[in-house]
Amino acid sequence: MSETRVLIVDDSSVMRKIVERALRQAGLEPLVVLEAGSGVEGLEALRANQVQLILSDINMPSMDGLEFLRQLRAQNLADGVPVVMITTESSEEHVRQAIQSGAQGYIRKPFTADQVKERVLPLIAA
Amino acid sequence: MGLNNREDEKVMSLSLRENLQTVADPVHLQSSVEEVFATMLGAQCEMVPCAGSTPTETITSVVGFGGVLTGACVFRCSEATALAIAARLTGMSFTELDDTVKDAIGEIGNMLAGAWKGKVPELSARCGLSIPAVITGSNYNIHVQAPEFRLHHCYRFDASVFEVTIICDGLQ
Repeated sequence: MSETRVLIVDDSSVMRKIVERALRQAGLEPLVVLEAGSGVEGLEALRANQVQLILSDINMPSMDGLEFLRQLRAQNLADGVPVVMITTESSEEHVRQAIQSGAQGYIRKPFTADQVKERVLPLIAA
Repeated sequence: MGLNNREDEKVMSLSLRENLQTVADPVHLQSSVEEVFATMLGAQCEMVPCAGSTPTETITSVVGFGGVLTGACVFRCSEATALAIAARLTGMSFTELDDTVKDAIGEIGNMLAGAWKGKVPELSARCGLSIPAVITGSNYNIHVQAPEFRLHHCYRFDASVFEVTIICDGLQ
């Protein structure tokens, strides 16, 4: 079975580990995780690596998740790669902005491993 | 005919002011704490009376609110509770307040602030969150002059106790 390469963008290293653990619990194995602590680092990671899925926080210093999303689409860095936002911001407006910016999914913190599985696996399979 | 932005804000201001009881309802804070701890830590929290004295060494995360409501969500606990929370959150064990523990406490504050404002639809979209600031040390207080309202709760899970405070110093 081929490995799944995922980029997790979050300024919290703890949250990156929690998301990685949830992906493994969701059965996404073998899994290769690339980590980025900001949108800027996320763009750099995508210039050097190919991934099948991107999970990004919204509220981050230096470049937030929505700007990261707009930049990666504008720079054609991850064409066709699904992006799921994982964030504490849960309003309809934030979801609308994320979808307009090119996100395919949205997970609100706090989240369960089952929610990650439910939102992420269909995007990997597609 | 649609309202322009200024009229829209006026309606929202009136709405928030008129709904101060809803915004400041302690039930929102309690359900936010229960949700975050049950979902992320698998811990059932019990609300307990707040003790008069706080531990000498504490760790505090502060997440600011901006927009139609300004203020902060303040999470404070002892070093022992912080280690227990970080361990539950990450599945790792910790013996000191290292960067990972501080990061974990910052994230707890972030999720509590997000969950709390998400309980009130008027706040959810029009109140932003700051990046968490984490403070460690002893004998410090966070003082806000004449807040609009202040909610202060204490909780326990297992043998660990922590405090959560919502301070609102501005409501448009």
